[in-house]
Amino acid sequence: MPILLYRIDDRLIHGQVVIGWGRPLGIEFIVLVDSEVSASEWEQELYRMAVPQAVEVVFADVEQARTSLTDWQADPRRGMLLTGTVDSMAAIRGNGGPTIPKINLGGVHHRPGRRQRLPYVYLTDEEYRALIALKEDGIEITAQDVPTTRAVALSELA
Amino acid sequence: MNSPIRGVVVGHGRVAEALVDAAEGISGVTDALIPVSNDGCDRDRLEDRIAEAINGLPSVVFVDLPSGSCLLAALHRFRGQSDVKVVTGVNLAMLLDFLFHRELPLHDVAEHVVGKGCGAIRVT
Repeated sequence: MPILLYRIDDRLIHGQVVIGWGRPLGIEFIVLVDSEVSASEWEQELYRMAVPQAVEVVFADVEQARTSLTDWQADPRRGMLLTGTVDSMAAIRGNGGPTIPKINLGGVHHRPGRRQRLPYVYLTDEEYRALIALKEDGIEITAQDVPTTRAVALSELA
Repeated sequence: MNSPIRGVVVGHGRVAEALVDAAEGISGVTDALIPVSNDGCDRDRLEDRIAEAINGLPSVVFVDLPSGSCLLAALHRFRGQSDVKVVTGVNLAMLLDFLFHRELPLHDVAEHVVGKGCGAIRVT
């Protein structure tokens, strides 16, 4: 079973991820790609507390994700991969990295320099161009905070 | 005399606002609780909102869930700070108890409200 959801969400593991997506997809493991969290035991424990005991959480930085993604994709369990930024997701794929079929923009919130594209998606022009490059690389990209809302095509976020 | 302890209620959507509004309506105390919503912000922004609400005062930070973005934001910025206690699973009974025990030492008021909040959960 491949990884079913590749999501960019700056809140990483939270209710929308665990309940909104995790339950209907039957997620059995979550890969959280974040260099800060991967280096912090106490933050990892907090994120583990947010998921059911039966769901494994794997912590990795971008380099570890580039190395291990094909193994995770070959895992027989149903998985989800999370990054907190567009840059991290792009770095996993970039320069001959492993294949990513689809990307879900789930929550990229306001920061200086970002412009609102949806109520839950704010992007700088650079981030938008990075997503366009990923799309041209063959990756399907949509924005969708929870499964019950409409998936919004990247072209609608221009 | 020390400043009375501040209560900062952090929750998803409008949970915090509604709890604070109800607690103030019941108690008549309107200067002790500050609601903070996680709407529209990443963890850094939520941390900033919590810090603005605390404003350097000794505070109990009440969080709605015992995990998730609100708790992470509170602990990431204020974990280990002696003048901030974080309490999860906030409910109305807990907030009302807090409003009338703000003169206790910070650790004691945190323990007191947890006892009251847990005691309010029962099957009848």
